[in-house]
Order: sequence, then structure tokens, then C-alpha cells
Amino acid sequence: MTAKAAPKSQVKSTTCYMCACRCGINVTVEDGEVRFIQGNPAHPINKGVLCAKGASGIMKQYSPARLTRPLRRKQGAERGSSEFEEISWEEAFTTISERLHHIRETDPKKFALYTGRDQMQALTGLFAKQFGTPNYAAHGGFCSVNMAAGLIYTIGGSFWEFGGPDLERSRLFVMLGTAEDHHSNPMKIALAKFKRNGGKFIAINPVRSGYAAIADEWIAIKPGTDGALLLAVIHEIIALGLYDRDFLSQYTNSPDLVNVDPDSDDFGLFWRSDKEVEETCIEAENKMWWDRQQEAAVHSHSEHADPRLMGEFEADDGRKIKPAFQLLKERVEQYTPEWAAGITGIDADTIRRLAHEMGITARDEKIELPVPWTDAWGREHESITGNPVSFHAMRGLAAHSNGFQTIRALGILMTILGTIDRPGGFRHKAPFPRPIPPCAKPPKSPDAVQPGAPLEGMPLGFPASPEDLFIDDQGEAVRLDKGFSWEYPLSVHGLMHNVITNAWRGDPYPIDTLMLFMANMAWNSSMNTERVREMLVDKNEDGEYKIPFLVVCDAFHSETIAFADIVLPDTTYLERYDAMSMLDRPISEFEGPIDSVRVPVVPPKGECRPFQDVLVELGTRLKLPRFMNLDGSRKFKDYKDLVINYETEPGSGIGFLMGWRGKGGEKFMRGEPNPNQWEMYAKNNCVYQHELPRSFQYMRNWNRGYLHWAQDHGLIRYTDPVNLHLYSEVLQRFRLAAEGKRPGRQPPDHLRERVRTHFDPLPFYSEPLETQAIDKDRYPLNAITQRPMAMYHSWDSQNAWLRQIHAHNYLFVSPRVGLQNGFGDGDWIWVESAHGRVRCMCRFSEAVEPGTVWTWNAIGKARGAWGLDGNANESQKGFLLNHLISEEIPSGEGEYRFSNSDPITGQAAWYDLRVRVYKADDNEPKQTFPQFATQQRVPGMEPARGKWQAFFKGLGK
Amino acid sequence: MTQLALVIDLNTCVGCHACVTSCKEWNTSGEAGPMVDRNPYAAEPTGTFFNRVQSFEVGNFPHTQTVHFPKSCLHCEDPPCVPVCPTGASYKRPEDGIVLVDYDKCIGCEYCSWACPYGAREIDEQQKVMKKCTLCVDRLYDQSLPEQERKPVCVLSCPTSARIYGDIHDPESEASKAINDAGGYQLMPEWGTEPANHYLPRRKVDIAIHEEDLQRVDNPLRKEDRGPRAPTTRTTLDDSTSW
Repeated sequence: MTAKAAPKSQVKSTTCYMCACRCGINVTVEDGEVRFIQGNPAHPINKGVLCAKGASGIMKQYSPARLTRPLRRKQGAERGSSEFEEISWEEAFTTISERLHHIRETDPKKFALYTGRDQMQALTGLFAKQFGTPNYAAHGGFCSVNMAAGLIYTIGGSFWEFGGPDLERSRLFVMLGTAEDHHSNPMKIALAKFKRNGGKFIAINPVRSGYAAIADEWIAIKPGTDGALLLAVIHEIIALGLYDRDFLSQYTNSPDLVNVDPDSDDFGLFWRSDKEVEETCIEAENKMWWDRQQEAAVHSHSEHADPRLMGEFEADDGRKIKPAFQLLKERVEQYTPEWAAGITGIDADTIRRLAHEMGITARDEKIELPVPWTDAWGREHESITGNPVSFHAMRGLAAHSNGFQTIRALGILMTILGTIDRPGGFRHKAPFPRPIPPCAKPPKSPDAVQPGAPLEGMPLGFPASPEDLFIDDQGEAVRLDKGFSWEYPLSVHGLMHNVITNAWRGDPYPIDTLMLFMANMAWNSSMNTERVREMLVDKNEDGEYKIPFLVVCDAFHSETIAFADIVLPDTTYLERYDAMSMLDRPISEFEGPIDSVRVPVVPPKGECRPFQDVLVELGTRLKLPRFMNLDGSRKFKDYKDLVINYETEPGSGIGFLMGWRGKGGEKFMRGEPNPNQWEMYAKNNCVYQHELPRSFQYMRNWNRGYLHWAQDHGLIRYTDPVNLHLYSEVLQRFRLAAEGKRPGRQPPDHLRERVRTHFDPLPFYSEPLETQAIDKDRYPLNAITQRPMAMYHSWDSQNAWLRQIHAHNYLFVSPRVGLQNGFGDGDWIWVESAHGRVRCMCRFSEAVEPGTVWTWNAIGKARGAWGLDGNANESQKGFLLNHLISEEIPSGEGEYRFSNSDPITGQAAWYDLRVRVYKADDNEPKQTFPQFATQQRVPGMEPARGKWQAFFKGLGK
Repeated sequence: MTQLALVIDLNTCVGCHACVTSCKEWNTSGEAGPMVDRNPYAAEPTGTFFNRVQSFEVGNFPHTQTVHFPKSCLHCEDPPCVPVCPTGASYKRPEDGIVLVDYDKCIGCEYCSWACPYGAREIDEQQKVMKKCTLCVDRLYDQSLPEQERKPVCVLSCPTSARIYGDIHDPESEASKAINDAGGYQLMPEWGTEPANHYLPRRKVDIAIHEEDLQRVDNPLRKEDRGPRAPTTRTTLDDSTSW
């Protein structure tokens, strides 16, 4: 080892973006090159640690897959052939803005903007709204919208950014399904601490990978059956009286009386009193309880009332009424542990024991914090209590067509255990809790879309009744992805996975321009990948592409780049300004709101430009109102400028960042723009944290102090308590409409039965839609993916270090499956679904439920993409399950086509896949199938690197 | 005598590979670098890593354990790689027990990797020099780093704090206490190499349920026991008298 001359070294704080976790990082830059990226010890999210991805940021920054020049498909070149020519940014802007201008002035919905996990939805949503198109969403619809919607419609918050398990105080932690990438480091930090404190960790997952490896107990479950398990656990907990009665009585709609007269038009709705209530978007407090002492109906939350949770009663007018909890009890009577055993593959005794462990831990290990607080009804409490049982789940539960109701069941289990926003249970993160559902609503009719005008309302929202659907007079969808239509009424994140298919088919209508940002729709982000690639190049009889114009913005040479008409080279996270905004999904913690920023630590490579700046420039050229001053001049120089000077309404004082607002940075949450806001963030680890007083940190759904604080600071409009929806009247409204019992909007006849079935106000179990539609005997195995902790799906295949950890994937199968089907460990096999087949290598594993096969998500790549050689493992030995998954439910000729999604939320049902497996012939190529023509490198990319790479603070040294 | 080492807690390691790549990013541009990659963007990529995570399964379904096992040079107290080195390139530092390779003396003969029973050495296939974990010796004594950062980067980065660093000869160190408290063990002690790095085993937590717990007097079901009371307007025996 020899001493080196001391280099010019500088350490800058910013925020990681190697996955969606948003850890604080300190980046050492020496002689202009990135030397070292380490976790920032002063950052609230990661407290100094950093994961495998974060520590590999250098290889992302200096990846040969970087795009560096704006490109245009060569005249005469076929789309998909990767024949591009370099153009200037001016040319790119002119081309795009002329086209978009024409669309906006004629029919704005012919422009669709869909983005990946971009962390800038505050801007992309603003752009779409100002443009006037309803066709906007990010990737949530194909990611985890069931988790967001299922819990928000039940407890007023959800996992990950919006809330999570309080592992600091929990004694029993149950994790269901794969969730390794949401949240990443904070979950690992908390889990380790939890285990050291002696808590019990149970992992319920078909596969023992990821965090399940360190679980005290692994319970193998069949995919898509979590709902059955949860309902059986609820059954047992209610049957034994292990629920938290006081919590249910005071803080949920359990005691609220429901009209159970089946002939009544109000069947299944709450019995409401004639008490005067203000008409707001909040559920009014005009419901009734049956009081135990008086044995009579009283207004809900009457002083000293002790409501009955069970029984059937008769109102004065003779109508039959039951507390909502009674209806839940009746619902789960059929869901015995024995019943669930046959579905989940978990024996009944284990299900019972699970219920007992949860119920007894919640009841007997109560936490009491000496923190006084006042509830929304004005009652003072001397302490905050908690039941230390917590849960976490993300995509494993979400990515099924029965996911919404499964997640409702999870929310209800968490509720009856009395664990919501209490120590040791589930805790919210600002801006949650929000009303159930939140006040934001999608537009209600096609009139919201007008030429030359912004969209009326926001493109996304939370419907509370059929009147909030975004449909026309015939009940048909206004959105291209059919979001908020009768097909997927609560699709609060849109359905990005159907955009290309719908646009290609012209159903509900053809579009002109599709702009994709950081979304790999020609590969791992699409179902039915092979066909989607064909749709992207398919032409009408007149020779015009069915999707006429495709603009793709990405930092890397993804599979989707090949199909672009215009390619815009984005920056990396180390090269740009970003805001993890309270208007989008911030990084708040249990103790209070937090937001954060990225600041550039190195200059952009080549002509790379941040997509945010591109949108600001386009918005300005298109003269979109919020991008202009009143005098018609340009309002924002760039995104950096917009972040500090934009306000949600002129003078609202609410902007992208909550910290250091006001002229001198003396305010937070609300305050006029501060010209030095960026500098103040940069000086403070790029993060602003507000810690709430301890008495505002719990019970926030009903915490008067917190609710008033949240109202004062612009987080919520109303201070009404957010009672938990054990029973969902919102769902019942849709069901009544489907049954024709409700005035107002009704679903088209062919959708009535679907809506009636799935919009059940109480959780129920049904087989996933694909399983119902196909021959189960022919396809006996469930096929799923797990999320590799060291690789954030397609984001990291270009990364020389990370791809050494996962260069290709195998199909993991139980040795029993190999034995039955005549193949051995390591053999090449075919995996076939009702939709297609792939050839891959298998690996035997004892850590998988024998009826399930699985692989790592998104390791397989198309040949030549991501700056990789044509012979790279990713394309030759790696594979995608996506080829086996249809974006639509199998249907007969001429039958209506539904998205392969949850019928409530439109969540992509990735994990409903059923397959069979068999040995590949010895004569077949030892190569995965399908293969595609090698994707060519594009102008502006570096030439292929050589055989050796010795990174020493700069390439090739 | 000081013996610096890592104590790795298999009870919290989730196999995330943070230690693997943080080691690589620090050391490739550090005193022990570069850490060369072969075929970085082509078929069968492989490169030098001082620290790797091996994952394996134990037992048969459903009683399967998935074990993530991070492994790097164990800095043996009696390192077999040292005496076999013909040039004296492999050596153990008396002051802190770290085993190092002097690249200038190494001729890449690989005797040391043959001698190492743990497979912890990594030949740089381009430079033909033997490399290995240095315990980030270029951080440990660097006065320009804040004191809390004078540790191996794998320790700093580990999200589950599964890597404890310290002097295992000092009974008061966090590392020694962890070994004592949690049954820390050495790999293949029968070889007599006295590896300084230790591992803490998996430890299982259970919840004991007693039958009585299910039948408590405060069971909330009892509050619902009684159905609705009979209306007080109904005639009862109390309404009449005939004597």
C-alpha cells in the first residue's frame, strides 16, 4: 500500500434514490468524482446505515447504460429498432410542445402521462391537471394500491410512508407476504431492535426468503389465501372474546347500528338520527348505538353510554337493527380455522394458536404511557395505552385480485386487537390519518375535460359513493385506464398496467401521445410483456402507429427506450434537485411530519436534464396557467425555482416543502415562499423534521390536540374524529347501486353482479379471479415473485456490483415438484400458464410451500438492454414471469375483457398466476425463452466496456 | 494484546448484502483497492469482494431455516495463511491482530488461499495479487474521520446492526460481551486457527399460552351475554295481587 497525494475532497449531504426508501446519504466527492457514499448518521430515516443498493450508487452514476443525448427515432426507421439520431433539447422541446399544444387545444385526453416510482407526483400531477388530461397516474396501480386503499378505507392510513408497525414497543410482530423493499432500511433497523428486545416475529409467506429468514416462526401459506387466514383468525378472536371491547366501542363503527331490513332501500346503511349535522366530506356523527344500561337506542358517543356490540334490536319505527360488530361476527362464523386450513394449507391448530398469541399478547401485555391527552369528544385521558401486536404487509397481500378485501380483513384484525395509532401497534405518519375516505375526489364527468383548460379537480382521488365516479352518462369510463369507472371504482392510483393495451385497442378511445417517465412498460412493468411490445409497434391500416407518438424519459437504456419516438435523457439522483414533498408521499415518521430534498453533488452527465425541468419547460411553452405569471410571462425558471415558489393556491402558504417557510425561514408547513429554502435544507442534512408534542403522537384519529394542530397546519380540513370502518358503508353504497336499490348512478347491467359481489361492506374470501377462470388441474401451481433486497427491480441491472449478486434468476421449486414432473435441481424447465410459457432453470428449495414456485422479481432483461452485452446472464439465463401473466382475465370469444386486477381498486393481480412445469427437452437451447432481437445501443451511450473494470474513484484507472 | 474482530449476529442478519457492497465501495478506492471486476457488463460477471454473504437452507419443509451467512477474513489468531507465504507478503499485525497482505511483496502464488480453511482470500485476477478484508484498517486509525466512523464500513452500514466490531481480548468490549452473552462461536475451531471473528447463533423466541388465559372473568363477551331487557311496559306478576 502506498501513500497517495491527498485529493481535493468534499462531503455533501443529499438523499438516496437507489430504491424508494429515501435514506439520507453523505457523498464524498474527490477530484470531481464520487469516492464514497455512506449513510447519514443524522438522518431520521436510516440513522447512518445504508443498504446494498445505496452503497452501490457509484456504479449507477458511472454506468455505461447512461443515456446522455436527446434522441429522435430516425425517419423511416421502424419503431423498436433502436435507430435514433441525436437532436438538440430545443428540437425535442419544439417537437413535443407543438404536438401537445395541438392536443390540448383539441382534445386534451389524447395525451397520457404515466410515470414510475418517480417521487415527484406533486409535479407530474400538477402538470397533468394543468394540461387538462385525466390520463395521468404513477405506478401505484400495478404496485400496491390495494394496500393503500384497503387500509385507508378502513383505518384512515396505511403502511410504509403513511404508517407502520411500532416495533420499538411491540411484543409480537407478524409480517405477511413479501415486503422487503417497502420499507427497506427503517424496517431492518426496527426489526433488529425488536428481536434484541425479545419480541416474537412471525413471517407468513409462501417462501422463507428475505426478512422471514430471521423470523421466530415461519408459516408457509398458499398465495392469495391470506384473506382466508385473516378471517379465520378474526373468527377465533371474536369467538373467544380476545378483542379490545373498549377500543371498538369508542373508536370504531363497531357499535353503530346498521339497518338490516333486507326490503329497505337503506339496507346495510347505518341508521342515522335526525341530529343536525354539517354536510362535509367527513362522515357525520349522526349514527345510533344501543346502550347497555338503558337498553335503548342512543346517539353514538352519547356521554356515559356503553354500547352493545352484539345483538339484534328493533327501532321505534319497527325496523331491525344490529351493531356493525354483530354483522362482522355473523360474517366470520363460517370462517372457522378448519375451513381456512383447507384453503391456506396451514393447519387449524396453528391458525388457532396464531389468534391466541395475538389476542393474549394484545390484552395482557398492555403498554401504558404516562401521557395525558384529550379525545375528540372532549374526554380527558390520563395515559395512552397500547396493545403491543403489530403487522406489516405490502405487495404480497396487495397483488391479488382479492387483495382489497384481504387487506380490509387485515385492517379489521388490527382494529379488533385495539392496535391503531397506539404504542406497540400500528402508528400513523403525517399527513395521515385522513378522513375515511380522504376528501380529495376524482372529477365526476367528461365535462371536467375541456380543450385548452385545466382538468376540473385532480386526476386522482378517493370516491365515497357512485356519485364520485369518473364516468359519462352511459356509465362508461372517462379515463384511458378506466380508473374510477364501474369496472374499478376505487382505483385510487389508476391502472398503468392497462394503458398500453387500452390505447392500442382504442378502448375507451385512441390517444395521440403517451409520455412515460422511468417506467419500463416494454419489460418488467407490464403484464403480457411480449404482446405489449407488439402493441407498441402495431400500426393501423393507414400505416400510422396505433399509439402514434411515444415520448420516453429515463436515465438508462431500458427496454422501453427502444420503442420511443423521442428519448429524453434524465439525470441520476446525484445530479439533481428533488423534493420528497408533503404533497406527494413524504418521509414522515411516527413522531411527526418530515420532508426532505435532494441536491446535486455532481454535474449532469452529457446533456442529461432532470425530467422535472423538462416538465417545467413544457408547462411554460404550453402556457399552462400555473406555470405562467398573470401577465403571461414565465413563472418558474426551473424545478428548483418551482419547488420554493409554487403555492397550492396563490397565497395559500402551502408549497412543495414544509420546512423553513416564510421570508426568513421562520415558519413551517404554512408560510410564504422563502428564497433561501434550498440552502436551509442543504445545511440541515437535506431534511426537515417536526416533532409533535408527545400527547399528539398517538390516537391521532381521535386526538383533539392533534386534529386541531393538523387543521391549523393545513394537513386536514376538518377536525372530526376518524372512526375506523370495521363496516364499510362506502362499499355498501356501491352494492346498493348495483342492486338497483339506490337512486343516482347505477352500473351498466353487465357489471351489476361484479360490483354487487365485490363491494361487500364486510370482508370476505373469494378465490382470485384468474384461478376462477382457468383449469386449476391443468395449472396446479401458484407462481409468485419475491423482492431481492440487494436489487431494486429493473433499476439496478446496469450496476456492475449489484448484478454480481443477482445476475440471473432461477425458478425455485420444492424438490417434490421436481420429482413429480421428472426434472432435477438445476435442470432447464418450461413454466406454462394459461397465457404463455417461459423456459428457465430451476433450483430445488425446501424453503417454499410445495404448491408454490417462485423467482426473484425483474432480474431477467431483454438482450442488449441496460448497457449489457448480448450474452449477459440477465438475458440468456434470466427470465421474467411477466410473459406468463395476462393483463386481462382470460375470457371467451366476444366476452367482456376485464383487467387482470382487483375489481375494486384495479390493483394488478401479479401474484394470481397459476402454472404447470415440465422438463425442457435435452436438445433445446440452454437459454431462457422468449428471446428478442438484440437491443442496439443508442447514440450518446458510451461504447461497451471491456473485460476488466477496476473502479478507483473514476473508471478504468 | 489487542485483537480486533467482527462479531456477526446471525439472529438479525437478513442477508441484505449491505456489508458486501459498502465494503466494495470503500475499499476499491481505498488503500486496499482497486477491487477488480471481470465481465462487469457481460456474461458471468465476477469480481473481488472482501466480504460475501452465503445463503443456504437447513432442514426440510416445513421445518426449513434460511440462513444468511456473511463471511470475510476471520483474522485468525494463528493464521495458517501467514507461514505459507514465500515472500512474507501475508502478515499479522502484532499491535491489533489484523491479518494483511503487502501487495508489493505478493507474487500471486495463492499458497495462502490454499492454506486458508475458510476460503476468505480473493485473488485479483487482473493484477494477480492476493487481496482480502483489511478490517478497513485505513479507517480505524484515521484521525481525520469522526471517532464514531473509525470502524469497518460494513459495521457502519449494516441496517440490522448484525456486525459488532471490537477488541475480543478486552472482556469489557461490546464484542466480547456479545460473544459471552449470546453464545458466540468460532468457525471450525478444530483447525486450531483461533479465528478472531465470531458468530452469534439464531435464538428463538416463543410465546407461552396457558389455557386459563383464554377464559378470563373480564372476557368482553360477558358484557354482551344478556339479550335486550324485556320492555317495562309488559305486564308482570308484580302488577297484580290476589291475596
